Amino acid sequence: MKKILSLCMAMALVVSMTACGSKDDGKATTAAPADNTTTAAAAENDGTAAAGGEATTAAAGETVAFTGEGSFKIGGIGPTTGGASAYGIAVQRGAQIAADEINAAGGINGYMVELNFQDDEHDPEKSVNAYNTLKDWGMQVLVGSVTSNPCIAVAEKSQADNLFQLTPSGTAVDCVKYDNAFRMCFSDPNQGLESAKYIGENSLATKVAVIYDSSDPYSVGIYEAFRAEAENQSFEIVSAEAFTADSKTDFSVQVQKSKDAQADLLYMPFYYTEASLVLQECDKQSYKPVFFGVDGMDGILSVENFKVELANELMYMAPFVATSEDEQVKSFVTKYETQFGETPNQFAADAYDCMYVVKAAIEKAGATPDMDASAICDALKTAMTEISYDGITGKEISWEATGEPNKAPMIVQIKDGVTVELQ
Amino acid sequence: MMGFISYLVNGISLGSVYALIALGYTMVYGIAKMLNFAHGDVIMIGSYVVFSTVSTMGLPPAAGILISVAVCTVLGVVIERIAYRPLRQASKLVVLITAIGVSYFLQNVALLIYGANTKSFTSVVTIPPLSLAGGALIISGETIVTILACIVIMIVLTLFIRHSKPGRAMLAVSEDGGAAQLMGVNVDGTIALTFAIGSALAAVAGVLLCSSYPSLTPYTGAMPGIKAFVAAVFGGIGSIPGAFIGGILLGIIEILGKAYISSQLADAIVFAVLIVVLLVKPTGILGRQIQEKV
Amino acid sequence: MRQMKTKALSKQTRNNLVTYGIVIAAYIAVEILMRAGMVSSLLKGLLVPLCIYVILAVSLNLTVGILGELSLGHAGFMCVGAFAGAIFSKCTMNAIPVAGLRFFLALLIGAAFAALAGILVGIPVLRLKGDYLAIVTLAFGEIIKNVINIIFLGRDSRGFHISLKDAFDLGLEPEGEVIIKGPQGITGTPNDSTFLIGILLILVTLFIVLNLIHSRTGRAIMSIRDNRIAAESVGINVTKYKLLAFTVSASLAGVAGVLYAHNLSTLAAQPKNFGYNMSIMILVFVVLGGIGNIRGSIIAAVVLTLLPEMLRSLNDYRMLIYAVVLIAVMIFSWSPKCREFRERYGLKRLLGSKKGAKEEV
Repeated sequence: MKKILSLCMAMALVVSMTACGSKDDGKATTAAPADNTTTAAAAENDGTAAAGGEATTAAAGETVAFTGEGSFKIGGIGPTTGGASAYGIAVQRGAQIAADEINAAGGINGYMVELNFQDDEHDPEKSVNAYNTLKDWGMQVLVGSVTSNPCIAVAEKSQADNLFQLTPSGTAVDCVKYDNAFRMCFSDPNQGLESAKYIGENSLATKVAVIYDSSDPYSVGIYEAFRAEAENQSFEIVSAEAFTADSKTDFSVQVQKSKDAQADLLYMPFYYTEASLVLQECDKQSYKPVFFGVDGMDGILSVENFKVELANELMYMAPFVATSEDEQVKSFVTKYETQFGETPNQFAADAYDCMYVVKAAIEKAGATPDMDASAICDALKTAMTEISYDGITGKEISWEATGEPNKAPMIVQIKDGVTVELQ
Repeated sequence: MMGFISYLVNGISLGSVYALIALGYTMVYGIAKMLNFAHGDVIMIGSYVVFSTVSTMGLPPAAGILISVAVCTVLGVVIERIAYRPLRQASKLVVLITAIGVSYFLQNVALLIYGANTKSFTSVVTIPPLSLAGGALIISGETIVTILACIVIMIVLTLFIRHSKPGRAMLAVSEDGGAAQLMGVNVDGTIALTFAIGSALAAVAGVLLCSSYPSLTPYTGAMPGIKAFVAAVFGGIGSIPGAFIGGILLGIIEILGKAYISSQLADAIVFAVLIVVLLVKPTGILGRQIQEKV
Repeated sequence: MRQMKTKALSKQTRNNLVTYGIVIAAYIAVEILMRAGMVSSLLKGLLVPLCIYVILAVSLNLTVGILGELSLGHAGFMCVGAFAGAIFSKCTMNAIPVAGLRFFLALLIGAAFAALAGILVGIPVLRLKGDYLAIVTLAFGEIIKNVINIIFLGRDSRGFHISLKDAFDLGLEPEGEVIIKGPQGITGTPNDSTFLIGILLILVTLFIVLNLIHSRTGRAIMSIRDNRIAAESVGINVTKYKLLAFTVSASLAGVAGVLYAHNLSTLAAQPKNFGYNMSIMILVFVVLGGIGNIRGSIIAAVVLTLLPEMLRSLNDYRMLIYAVVLIAVMIFSWSPKCREFRERYGLKRLLGSKKGAKEEV
């Protein structure tokens, strides 16, 4: 009796696995024509919990109407749940706005684009799962992953499949290790180097304190490069204190140490969420050095309810300024604000640019949706090094074959609640 | 020397927040004998309620806190009714897993309602900071209020449990649920009341946590929740004064560890001290020795 | 096969063989489907992680179900194994070109280091009881994660260099190579993990665990779980057996860690993969599959790993639904009312098999 029962269970398990397999497989093959409606609509509705419900349904309708014949399938990967979800959701929304715009303007060489964005929870393993899900869907170009470690894991897979990958915000060096991978943002070492140079050349300080997140590769990567370059510069690092993802509520010690070391500049290579706490703590301890951040600082002014005077005179390296007078930026920011009810940050901007870069590269290469992912990748690899792109995160951006973008770093400063360009 | 005192003060102010959260943890554990992993997320929900009512809708802070306490109390009772009560007879582990399920649930609900972006919380405390030794030592208003709140809550809870009828019912349930039921104590009602009080405390803790450290995301509650759990174990889980002492000590250790040993290893130091304490006193500082029956 | 037919074979052995059979059958079925091109990329990519989670669930069941102690630090041992194995592979990538041999050695090294960690953690921890033990294992897990996160390890012609500050501090020669880059961890580990190896490791794990359970040692361990004082009074060395079970469990987690490290090209100790969240995740497999029920752990690990992936079409509501499913399943399978309901409406068979399995263990 027992044996029969157990066998039944075994059978059930096998059947369920097969069911999973075949169901998925079915999706992979049939989804292409039939599933358009749902994926487009689903991708649209993503994350629009509060605002813009009507606007998006209308837009979804529009997308569906266009996708009649062949369209480019662009996949996106990033964390839309979990601790890093602020970045993933921003990328998802930025890319979606670009996709809608491209489609509304007639697509790429007349072909529509479809965007399918998958959650990876900021976990390399889940990121690879998301990648495989997208592959089953028929993805031809990948915009992702948003965060560094997941991006490195996915790059390994995309390289094996020879699938074109453009990461909006994977800053670690290894993200673009392979020739099929490019990035939109600055790399970690690049940022550390540039900020050290800027501080040195403009003689902003003689004594510098650093606070960094020792559990975050992004933060450590920048700090390392900054420290290496500091040797060549006129200032000296007098204090370097860390915090970790598990203890980022209280910054009193780190700030006090910087204060005790009499640093006249505080370098903050981490994100604005923690930065808002650090600034608050500095205010509490009446410590007023020059504050200098990196691109993760972008978004600090859009933190709801944030006391902007705390961030007064804060300088940071920014690829994107939401208050810029640039026409492209203005149009993007307006669209983002009406659809999602908040100001876009650099992640959204990078993602928006990524979509247009993909468009530019496809147009340059003359690729068509009926080509397979590998052929498109080969064509785009060459095209990427030939294009020059004007976007909202920089002008005349070109790419090296290594995958690094050539764009001028921009230093901005917050003055009375407004971001002003310094360079 | 001044530096040390200043670190100590910072430690106490962080510790007082842990202590406040730990009070709710230890209360639920002491009576319902379950690790309510969702406690940290109830705190987060409480903070969001205050954020919505005070910062967005513009109500006075007192009204916001009252609404938040009410919402959390209801939430706590509902969670208990739906997710924990059906499992009263099941293994402790099963309830632990369910609590984790509830924790994920609350985080994702908050994510869908409020989005992932950080919100900056406006402190509800208006007391000016206390400046000692000519400004070299600053004790913030939030710290003063948090410590006072901790002490008041601790005293009220102790008095309530020792001297009121429902309080004594809680003690009875905590000692032996089955026997208490035979003596006519409404066990389900008592446990529901425990959750109501525990969640109301969570709302207060949330407000003070976010007043001291004003950054609010759907995951704000998770790590302080775990730290407070550690604090509760540290002081002897189930013991109300133990939670207070454990919280304060944990805060001081964390800050001093960061200041004098290594800021990278702050977490490791906290946990290492916890391990050492538990090895010396296996039931925490004020914990009761469990009787073993053959 | 001949053995299987013999009537004399005990119920126990037969039951074990069925467990092995399920794993082998699952492997064969997947292989056949793969040949037939019916397996989606998603499932293909999930095969190795499934093996990893099955091994973790089975090994944790040894601690939770058989030894009866709640451990919340299982991911810590996995982390030790993963890093030990990955460092070895990374260093010997050129010295041992044969992937199979190198991976085998990496597995042994990962298991050995995790076992060592198990002993070191186990000696103090196992003196504690219940929730206190749980919190201390959680603490150890977090310490391991925290420490690994700040280690920088480099290698050049002068040997290994270690730093707790940053890679710059290592003072490497220009051609030197940084192996562990702090929070960025180890990148570029060879992708040696395959589904076949994963399945073989599951079988080895099952073999070890099932044989341990049904041996004299296993009975001693279970007697400690059921009544420590009674066990002690009949002369069972409680500490020894507790430590044994704990160490075996840790080393198997280390094996899973090595498999994990060689599956993706990046390995970093983040809260997501080696934090207490992961330990709890594995615990969920064990509890859902039935505490002490090895076969249940396997099934629960597979189902719960597949579930969030199957829910992808729900987009934003995915993790919300996952949480709801988790709570619902817990209530459905453990609440007395639901049990009554199930007994009344003919799902007796399912329940019967669960109970049966429990008795046999």
